[in-house]
Amino acid sequence: MRFGIAVFPGTWSDRDCAHAVSLDGHEAVMLWHKDRDLRGVDCVILPGGFSYGDYLRTGAVARFAPLMESVAEFAARGGLVWGICNGFQILCEAHLLPGALVRNASLQFRCEPAWLRIETTDTPYTSSLAAGRVLEIPVSHGEGRFVADEATLDLLEAQRRVAFRYVAPDGSPVGAASPNGSLRDIAGIVNEQRNVLGMMPHPERACEPLLGSADGMELVRSVAASLARTASFA
Amino acid sequence: MTETTLDTLPSERTLQEVALTGDEYRGAVRILGRHPNEVELGIIGALWSEHCGYKTSKPLLKRLPTTGPRVLQGPGENAGAVDIGEGLAAVFKIESHNHPSAIEPYQGAATGVGGILRDVFTMGARPVALLDSLRFGPLHEPRQRYLFDGVVAGIGGYGNCIGVPTVGGEVYFDESYRHNCLVNAMCLGVIRHEALTRAVAAGPGNPVLLVGADTGRDGIHGATFASVELDEQSEERRPAVQVGNPFLEKCLMEACLELAGDPRIVAMQDLGAAGLTSSTAELAWRGGCGIDLDVSRAPRRESGMTPYEVMLSESQERMLLVVERGHEAEIAAAFARWDLHSEVIGSITDTERMVVRDGDAVVCDLPLEMLIDEVPMRHPEAQRPSNLDALLARDPLAEQPPWDMDTALLRLLGSANIGSRRPVFRRYDHQVGDDTVIPPGGDAALLRVKGTRLAVAVTTDGNARYGRLDPRRGAEIAVAEAARNVVAGGAEPLAVTNCLNFGNPEKPEVFWQLSEAIDGLAAACEALGTPVVSGNVSLYNDTTGVSIDPTPVIGMVGRIEDVERRLTAGFKADGDAVLLLGPQAAAELGGSEYQRLAHGTAEGPPPALDLALERRVQDAVREAAARGLLRSAHDCAEGGLAVALAESCLLGGIGARITLAEAAETPPDRSPSRTAGILFGETQSRFVVSVEKESGVQLRALLDQREVPYREIGMVGGGHIAVEGVLDVPLDEARAAYEDALA
Repeated sequence: MRFGIAVFPGTWSDRDCAHAVSLDGHEAVMLWHKDRDLRGVDCVILPGGFSYGDYLRTGAVARFAPLMESVAEFAARGGLVWGICNGFQILCEAHLLPGALVRNASLQFRCEPAWLRIETTDTPYTSSLAAGRVLEIPVSHGEGRFVADEATLDLLEAQRRVAFRYVAPDGSPVGAASPNGSLRDIAGIVNEQRNVLGMMPHPERACEPLLGSADGMELVRSVAASLARTASFA
Repeated sequence: MTETTLDTLPSERTLQEVALTGDEYRGAVRILGRHPNEVELGIIGALWSEHCGYKTSKPLLKRLPTTGPRVLQGPGENAGAVDIGEGLAAVFKIESHNHPSAIEPYQGAATGVGGILRDVFTMGARPVALLDSLRFGPLHEPRQRYLFDGVVAGIGGYGNCIGVPTVGGEVYFDESYRHNCLVNAMCLGVIRHEALTRAVAAGPGNPVLLVGADTGRDGIHGATFASVELDEQSEERRPAVQVGNPFLEKCLMEACLELAGDPRIVAMQDLGAAGLTSSTAELAWRGGCGIDLDVSRAPRRESGMTPYEVMLSESQERMLLVVERGHEAEIAAAFARWDLHSEVIGSITDTERMVVRDGDAVVCDLPLEMLIDEVPMRHPEAQRPSNLDALLARDPLAEQPPWDMDTALLRLLGSANIGSRRPVFRRYDHQVGDDTVIPPGGDAALLRVKGTRLAVAVTTDGNARYGRLDPRRGAEIAVAEAARNVVAGGAEPLAVTNCLNFGNPEKPEVFWQLSEAIDGLAAACEALGTPVVSGNVSLYNDTTGVSIDPTPVIGMVGRIEDVERRLTAGFKADGDAVLLLGPQAAAELGGSEYQRLAHGTAEGPPPALDLALERRVQDAVREAAARGLLRSAHDCAEGGLAVALAESCLLGGIGARITLAEAAETPPDRSPSRTAGILFGETQSRFVVSVEKESGVQLRALLDQREVPYREIGMVGGGHIAVEGVLDVPLDEARAAYEDALA
């Protein structure tokens, strides 16, 4: 498959994402923020980082990048757009996903292991995994607390759009050990069409046993399998 | 002009501002044959400061070993470089940002990180890791908590934003640093040998580009500020502290890395201490050239800046490039892609002079040789502190212990100097880059090198309590301990970068400490085969006349040929044998963390160190690791054997049952603190290793053959840290104390 990886000034997970997808045999294509051409990619990854320094509000400047116009069109056509960390923040700012990511409840940056429970397998990112399975994927952010009004949260639940929730390693509720205090322990959500995913944890850092976990690779494989299915039906 | 006018000195205030003595000023006049003007005096003051010119430390630094078969670049460049195999080099350096951090902790620490990153990517190497080494006063004091929080936030703020992982470091709290916190930052990069870029100007007529941030009034006199003592008025120096912009530096870094190795780039040099002044002078003089600058062309942040201010500004995130003539527009376009502004501000000449113009007017014309090679050296008197004998005479074992051994272990594990560093490193992104194999929290951090089986181990170490008692041995121990941390990961120590944090060297006692410590560094680096390839000196860590304890900080880099042969510190499996390697049954409490906690002092002889034995033990551990004989390895450091055992238990999540006959013995004449000395004494050259029963025979044969003392002291298993007859602490209790220490 061909993964497009967005590079804004200040993006720093771009090379990690490229490395991770290439480990599974996929092609990584860097997409420069000033360009509009998505170069025929099958899936766009908006990686982690501090786009444009994020001095204003995370993702607030990146949403206006020329590249993001094409990404929004691509998403509207059903293309897969996968926002990780800063990418999730950008997707919320761009209104491709609801809610917002605000400062961690601890008021501090947190880089540590996190455990995510698969809440729905009805997305291209999780369709190859078993519901309820717990993945170990680290977080690394200062502003990852997912918030939305009650009605939006209820809608997300009703439409089974919560993709991942933070849990304890054994799958039980995370409680006070939440890395950021996200409402309803939400770690990742999809849009109504289920082709756009935003998640705060970093699956690209969990793609090799050498680095402590290979659970993130399951998401890459799931995306690749979904894309292969779509292609064979097309 | 007459003799008398040449002899006239400027006002005391002027001399103070440029941190020159009257004699040094007269020396400058003698070389020039005239008085320097205001701009020239500022430039001379900056380049002749301790910070840039090493006028006190240079004669001593010559004693350090700086060469070796793996050294690709020794001291004198922006960073040192060593061969790590497969055509790759590790590029690294440590630097202090003590004075700015004492005034403004967040920005002081942040810009310290920014500066050390530039030193590494200036060499063309992509930074892959950051480390720190921090010292503060007692943590329960609100101001120290404020400084500690601010510094940690500043390091994280810069490193996290730019996307270079902070993978290790150390932090200690001691009275000695109440008025002078220490903030040392280290950066490690990796590069192919042939892409190493140097900061050597060449080709008269080649244009000089200034890239990155605009030049503002921030940080003027930073270099001279760092070369005097702090006092009550130091808060007023806040304008001498710069403000960091990690986003801008990220763009600068990516643009520079895209251009590294490009034949159109002749040289790259970052702007650090003394800004344009030192960067242009050093760049030109390394190449035996001259340089001609026009400050009116430097983009500025504010109007009305004088040439003096432009030349001495320490505005961050700026870079200087010498470009092949005719290619300046292409290079400017490469930077513009990253929205970076660049401007040609001058050219390389063959005059060996530094000429600065402001439009048409020449405001400075000085010989470079004078600025760089004729720095007036200071040779202060050295004198051993008179109170040392009394300090050393104390017998630490004669004290009555205030606690039973269980309580003592819990106190140590829960102390600010030993407890878990997790509250610090969870605030640092330590994973970005996808290379961190061993994260912070164990011994050395380990980073794999993608596309190879290689991994690089890296650590920072220092211990000032030994240094106060014996600066030479303290420095030896700092090197030995850094190497031990690298070896505990299964890696081979390669080379050292050092940061020498000392008090005012004009005091004979401080100069003696500096001289002794450098001798210690030299001896240990020699014995362990780890040359010094880069470093930094931070003197004048004094406030109102009180000096810090001598604090040489060592950054050490090692390599491991096959990352799968790495070791970690945590115990692995029930039933594994636990061995203590190195000196057995010693009870050295002088200068130990136990002594400090239990008795509130650091007195008596510091631990002995036999460098030949140290080398034998380290080599044996490394060979055992390479042969796959060990399950875990951890060095004994602060808190001694008992804390090392506890850490291996906590990291592995499993207990251990230990027998130490000598600790349980009760001969009638024994010293009251002997058991504490055995458990918590900080005897050097020791590792706690665990080994599968089946590998035990081969390990013993190896240790016998290498003449390494060892003893099987127990077995991994259970839920307690237990030493028969003297200590029994449930793991949960130990963990609670350990995790709570810095929270």
